[in-house]
Amino acid sequence: MYSDEFKESLCAVEASREKNLAYEPPRMTAEEKEALLSEYHPDFKMNEFDTLKVGKNKGSRAPKELCRMLQAHSRVRDGADLSNIKYDVDVLVIGGGGAGAAAAIEANSAGASVMIVTKLRIGDANTMMAEGGIQAADKPGDSPCIHFLDAYGGGHFAAKRELLSKLVTEAPDALLWLSNLGVEFDKTPDGEMITTHGGGTSRKRMHAAKDYSGAEIMRTLRDEVFNREIPVVDFTSAVEIILDEKGRAAGAVLMNMETGEITAARAKTVIIATGGAGRVHYQGFPTSNHYGATADGLVLGYRAGAKLLYAETLQYHPTGAAYPQQIYGSLVTEKVRSLGAKLVNAAGEVFVHPLETRDVAAAAIIRECGARRLGVDAGNTKAVWLDTPMIEMLGGSGTIEKRIPAMMRMFANFGIDIRKEPILVYPTLHYQNGGLDISARCEVTGVENLFAAGEVVGGIHGKNRLMGNSLLDIIVFGRTAGACAAEAAKKTVSERLTLSHVEKFEKELAAAKIETDDVSPMLLPNYTGKKSMF
Amino acid sequence: MNSEKKVKIYLFGKEYSVPSELTIMCAMEYAGYQLVRGCGCRSGFCGACATIYRIKGQRELKTCLACQTRVEDGMYIATLPFFPLVKEVYDVEKIKPTEQIMMQLYPEIYACVGCGACTKSCTQSLDVMQYIAYAQRGDFKRCAEESFDCVMCGVCSSRCPAGISHPQVAMLARRLNGKYLAPRSAHLEDRVKEIKDGGFDSLMESLTSLSDGELRELYNKRDIEK
Ligand SMILES: Cc1cc2nc3c(=O)[nH]c(=O)nc-3n(C[C@H](O)[C@H](O)[C@H](O)COP(=O)(O)OP(=O)(O)OC[C@H]3O[C@@H](n4cnc5c(N)ncnc54)[C@H](O)[C@@H]3O)c2cc1C
Ligand code: FES
Repeated sequence: MYSDEFKESLCAVEASREKNLAYEPPRMTAEEKEALLSEYHPDFKMNEFDTLKVGKNKGSRAPKELCRMLQAHSRVRDGADLSNIKYDVDVLVIGGGGAGAAAAIEANSAGASVMIVTKLRIGDANTMMAEGGIQAADKPGDSPCIHFLDAYGGGHFAAKRELLSKLVTEAPDALLWLSNLGVEFDKTPDGEMITTHGGGTSRKRMHAAKDYSGAEIMRTLRDEVFNREIPVVDFTSAVEIILDEKGRAAGAVLMNMETGEITAARAKTVIIATGGAGRVHYQGFPTSNHYGATADGLVLGYRAGAKLLYAETLQYHPTGAAYPQQIYGSLVTEKVRSLGAKLVNAAGEVFVHPLETRDVAAAAIIRECGARRLGVDAGNTKAVWLDTPMIEMLGGSGTIEKRIPAMMRMFANFGIDIRKEPILVYPTLHYQNGGLDISARCEVTGVENLFAAGEVVGGIHGKNRLMGNSLLDIIVFGRTAGACAAEAAKKTVSERLTLSHVEKFEKELAAAKIETDDVSPMLLPNYTGKKSMF
Repeated sequence: MNSEKKVKIYLFGKEYSVPSELTIMCAMEYAGYQLVRGCGCRSGFCGACATIYRIKGQRELKTCLACQTRVEDGMYIATLPFFPLVKEVYDVEKIKPTEQIMMQLYPEIYACVGCGACTKSCTQSLDVMQYIAYAQRGDFKRCAEESFDCVMCGVCSSRCPAGISHPQVAMLARRLNGKYLAPRSAHLEDRVKEIKDGGFDSLMESLTSLSDGELRELYNKRDIEK
């Protein structure tokens, strides 16, 4: 139930519902999209960016907050005792999300001794939260080539082609692999996968497990990791990559999140699978991400000599919850729009096609709430309506409970029945488009024996990722990283460990006259003592 | 809109005054806790923030997810950041979806006394006792359906007199269902084979060798399935 302050606008939405349901808003032309993005998308707010002064990306643009972290001091700038080796394995996986778990499973299959270190518990990760689904061109009438075109165009023609073509070509096999592990996808009684559109798709290829798609994948992968008895060291973060004297990745400095104890893990190869950055709250945005999404992997990789690709592009999901305040920033899955709900402004008008790509839809909402003054005051922010009752008008009553139970529950917890009432949304910081530059074998450019997979990688999706392609990439590239890291481990003979690159980096900071008290990686955000609503 | 109404809550027995619109999780942070354990997704999906509370003066013990529950005046709050569930290991390729597997891995489910404490305590409002009953009978499909929204927070198991690890039983049932009982997707298997046989190789090669201009043209003109 909404309080009275929303009455007027809510009435306008209800009064126009029939009409809005029948109305198919036009799709924007390429020129219209460009104009909208450059004026309203946060990636184009130039005063929110700085130029990097050290490292492989010296001279290029990155968000201010990221520049600060990339150019901060190491947490072990005074050195760490590398003889205190607590773990010794072939393959060290950093990060217990979907990419890390998939990598560990494949490294284990390849016969390597592998272990996972992760900041929180395994599965406390963005993967667990994915609601909408996973793409794969497995239907007649669709093909990997069409999938490629959708993703390449949606990513503004900037994806690394060899990465994207691998992603779409191996997509059906990724789904089969998950099915064979026991992941339950939504299917018809005869086994046909139930698929829908996502923003920017030209074919219905979004596969889901209700709106717990990521949770279903993550808990299954986690169960498999446990079944294989792969060691998982939780509440333990990597704070620095260790190199060997040949400059190859050879382990990581670890920090116990509860005791602060510093130890070292030695490995023949290392996989960074630390995910995204929502908790950095770029430009003050709320976020849909989990508590540990703080861009650590970018910092770890950068100090070890890796290069970043498209670090200046972030994804703001158009529909973050704006009200009730208790769930500010939490994701309202794109599937809500796939199932037929439209975006409506304070005056009850549909103002954008519900299935434009995310950057376009987000920019359109920001314009509606800003320049056009057609937003609703939701307390923490202005917002627009997402007219969820349309879903049941289209799909019949019961559709919401069956297809998006998590959304229904999240709002019901705070007294809103999304079957009967629309919801208020505003863009939320959602996905790190950019990240570590890798090869199609997941090798991190510039650092031998260092691999990366998942949201920490840049270039697979170009400058904007389509819904459903990230759950896909963590499986496709997670598996590849595991297999390739295991293979490389076999060929590697351990050398003496060193942190000389960290010393060198500190010298570069001094030479660039960067004076700061900041240390990185960030590990966790600090909300203490504040009335943060994140 | 941001009314400054405050409520009194008790974190592990100690009193704090916090803004009334906060969740329990944000209220702990407001009070000064830097969370490490007991906080994962912050959105109701990971089950890290299982919490037990009682409202001052009331008898009933309530359970919830701290990230999905708003504070109330007089809440006595204790978090449950870890609960020792039993997770048996098995080889998913070798097990069969029969009743015996439950008997073998989780025999304690047959000691269920039917008290209903699990169902009553479920933070996701699932009928936990019912899905355990399905598991006892080897009806893994129903067990999987009924338990699907489980976030494995472990509260049910903390309340169980028979020592059942409900979330792990359900996890096994879902994997059995997904792998062995759900209908196969022929179109998926066909497509995987088509790709392995190189069916799209030449098309993909010619596509990826086009210029950005040509791809832009194709993209802007592509037909979109209704
Ligand atoms: C709410 C939400 C909904 C989404 N919905 C969809 C969807 O429908 N479809 C889709 O395709 N994608 C979706 N995404 C995106 C997708 O889920 C993620 O991009 C993807 O799962 C990332 O997987 P990952 O394994 O790379 O990272 P994560 O799953 O985030 O895992 C990273 C892990 O590394 C740990 N870690 C971080 N730093 C360190 C460190 N220094 N040391 C050790 N461990 C560390 C983290 O705590 C975490 O456990 C969604 C994302 C969110 C947040
Ligand atoms: S923190 Fe994940 S469910 Fe609350």
